[in-house]
Amino acid sequence: MTTRTARPARLQVTGAGVAALLVLSACNSSDGTSSGAGSSASGPAKVSGTVTVFAAASLQESFTALGKKFEKAYPGTEVEFSFGGSDTLAASIVSGAPADVFAAASTKTMTIVTDAKDNASPPLTFARNQLEIATLPGNPDKVTSLKDLTRSGLKVVLCDRTVPCGAAAQKALDASGLRLTPVSYEQDVKSALTKVELKEADAAVVYRTDVRAAGDKVDGVDFPESADAVNDYPIAPLENARNAEAAKAFVALVRSAEGQRALTEAGFLKP
Amino acid sequence: MTPPAPDTRKGGRRPGPIRTGVPFALLLPALLGLAFLLLPLVALLVRAPWHSLPEQLTSPEVWQALRLSLVCATSATALSLVIGVPLAWLLARTDFPGRGLVRALVTLPLVLPPVVGGVALLLALGRNGVVGQWLDAWFGITLPFTTTGVVLAETFVAMPFLVISVEGTLRAADPRYEEAATTLGASRFTAFRRVTLPLIAPGIAAGAVLAWARALGEFGATITFAGNFPGRTQTMPLAVYLALQSDPEAAIALSLVLLAVSIAVLAGLRDRWMTAS
Repeated sequence: MTTRTARPARLQVTGAGVAALLVLSACNSSDGTSSGAGSSASGPAKVSGTVTVFAAASLQESFTALGKKFEKAYPGTEVEFSFGGSDTLAASIVSGAPADVFAAASTKTMTIVTDAKDNASPPLTFARNQLEIATLPGNPDKVTSLKDLTRSGLKVVLCDRTVPCGAAAQKALDASGLRLTPVSYEQDVKSALTKVELKEADAAVVYRTDVRAAGDKVDGVDFPESADAVNDYPIAPLENARNAEAAKAFVALVRSAEGQRALTEAGFLKP
Repeated sequence: MTPPAPDTRKGGRRPGPIRTGVPFALLLPALLGLAFLLLPLVALLVRAPWHSLPEQLTSPEVWQALRLSLVCATSATALSLVIGVPLAWLLARTDFPGRGLVRALVTLPLVLPPVVGGVALLLALGRNGVVGQWLDAWFGITLPFTTTGVVLAETFVAMPFLVISVEGTLRAADPRYEEAATTLGASRFTAFRRVTLPLIAPGIAAGAVLAWARALGEFGATITFAGNFPGRTQTMPLAVYLALQSDPEAAIALSLVLLAVSIAVLAGLRDRWMTAS
């Protein structure tokens, strides 16, 4: 008796499973059409709505300022930023993260996106950035060169080699034949800088723009080898942008005279 | 009337599973929930680079990260046992003003985002931290960027699991056994050691496994407090995260190792939880 009643219950289970899948796929397709309708509604040239910008961590200060300018120039728009390691951002864009614009700190990380054909138009270089050593305020360890960082007892943090600032630092170290063992490989340039700001590390190899943005919390030390490892910063609107018009407008603002002035003020080099 | 009676009795005194008439309104969300939890794990297996898996798993980097993870999680669990069990005893068996508040604070790391825990640890035990600056000045000990730092970060996040588990077991255990021991002349510490500990051993074991698993998976507090350096502070979760950016296949391989370890932990706890219902 009990076994016989158990069997219909099991049949019911498979039926519900199919129903569950149908519900899921229905959700999916309705989602797709609604977002499609949303983008076509904002289609006719007028720039409005939210634009999502994925940008390298080193762009945090300058892009946040440019975002405010953008919102002022196009009333009714809102710029949302996600700052992080360029490699992390590129990987998340390729796996479908909802972004409209990608600004990377190296051409190599932008290639991840262009190889996947996730960019709407070819990336354009909008700035360049040079490395600098960030030390504790007043430079108590008297760091004057890249070679000084290899001194034993000095706690140095680098960006991970997968991140543009880490790749550039490695390039500069290799070019000068130096071997540096850091205490940590950080996942983006800001976390490397933070370790020095918190005085947990004695020095970090970061960008000149980060040293400038940190104000008096760190001291900057220029080193000639950084000239061999200057990063190009490319920017591109993305193929799957939900707000293509605003994406284009944001890229235009970054490349405009006004945008370039803001970037130069932050310490970036002209493209 | 009489035939079904022995059948229900076989299931024990507790209400057994419902055999018939599962309402559709419950079954559908239940199956959705099950699919939602299982799908990502299935995806991990489907996309696993099975052909290159042997070389991925035999690379020295993987073993370095796995070994470090196991050593740190085990050390963190040991540290949690040494200081967590007495803390649980204090919370369960004594009465002092503000005990409720202390208990709430102990469980805070359970709900605190681990990255925030890492920042707090830096401010407390960092080289320039509230306590850390004296550790550095007096003993020359700096904790960030060290394996000890990893153990501390993991302990901070994992110990509350042990404390909660042990405290619950202590509350459920009958205090009269301890009282009997003390009336028979045992000191309170002897009673704790010889009577209480054996009594709550299963709860301690379950709490320890839970804490160990939590420590093994710890990411946020570790990368914030201890940084990331292969062989010293780069545990498995950090390796997975960083590998995902540059070498997704390696990240999947590493994830599979962690998945296998998690399943092993669950299998170890099978008797306690899986059959509990």
